[in-house]
Amino acid sequence: MHQSEFVNIVTPFKDKLFRMAKRLLVSTEEAEDATQEVLLKLWTKQNVIGTYKNVEAFAMTMTKNFCLDRLKSKQASNLKLVHSNYTDENSSLQKQVEASDSVIWVQKIMEDLPEQQKMVLQLRDVEQYDYDEIAEMLEMKPTAVRVALSRARKMVREKLVEKHSYGIK
Amino acid sequence: MELNNIEKLLEKYFEAKTSVTEEDTLHKYFSQESVAPHLEQYKDMFQYFKSAKQERFTKEVPIVSEVTAVRKKRFGWYSAAGAVAICAGLYFNQPKTIEDQYSPEEIAAAQEALALLGTNFSKGSNQISYLDEFEKNTTRFIHK
Repeated sequence: MHQSEFVNIVTPFKDKLFRMAKRLLVSTEEAEDATQEVLLKLWTKQNVIGTYKNVEAFAMTMTKNFCLDRLKSKQASNLKLVHSNYTDENSSLQKQVEASDSVIWVQKIMEDLPEQQKMVLQLRDVEQYDYDEIAEMLEMKPTAVRVALSRARKMVREKLVEKHSYGIK
Repeated sequence: MELNNIEKLLEKYFEAKTSVTEEDTLHKYFSQESVAPHLEQYKDMFQYFKSAKQERFTKEVPIVSEVTAVRKKRFGWYSAAGAVAICAGLYFNQPKTIEDQYSPEEIAAAQEALALLGTNFSKGSNQISYLDEFEKNTTRFIHK
């Protein structure tokens, strides 16, 4: 496979992989590294890429597994500590994106969710994949995806309501 | 009418029973400026999802830099291999002991020869005591 061909395949969903990685790893730098690593792995599998019926889902699964491995490994937990100090020093684009304070709240709420709910919420509400695709990507059953999604949404709502009524009740 | 619809959709939304298009309706509704006051709290949520989708992967697709990435990754292995090579080198280049270089017979023969030399040598040094005596006496004569 030619390089440009690979880039063409990868370009439509590389941002999605990155956002997924960032959702799990929190830090932008780590997410960038993870995405590159996944893309590199994908590139090394270029010969078999044609045999996958859904490269995007496959790449997303790879990202998920890679990030979960990172989170499990000691190395990542060390980095995580470091990065929690640096959350303000992110790129200007990000600042732009996260301009409003209340929106940051949602992000923080999402950070506290269990990983599975995080991923489901990310794939559904941010990337708007349908349930079957999410089930394939996360290697879950579609019903389990729905349950996790419902829980995640309710949890976000609950926390938001709590925040909105803070000081009133 | 529309509000009623939105409320229903929201309910379904939290049960994760909405379709992508229905969710799109919700996203559109909450992206507008004015939202019904009692739904205001959900606005942040949908706005966040929208803004989260705008983040981009700014690094390049790592094909060109593939070689360096692989190198970087293997660097650790190279250093490990180097350490092993050095250790192996030290281990195998240890100075050989006598046992390795000569057969037991040769060693035995050498020991015998050395023992012979030793006894003859000590014989010789015994003879020296006469010399000592001689020396003592000559000095006595000279001093007198």
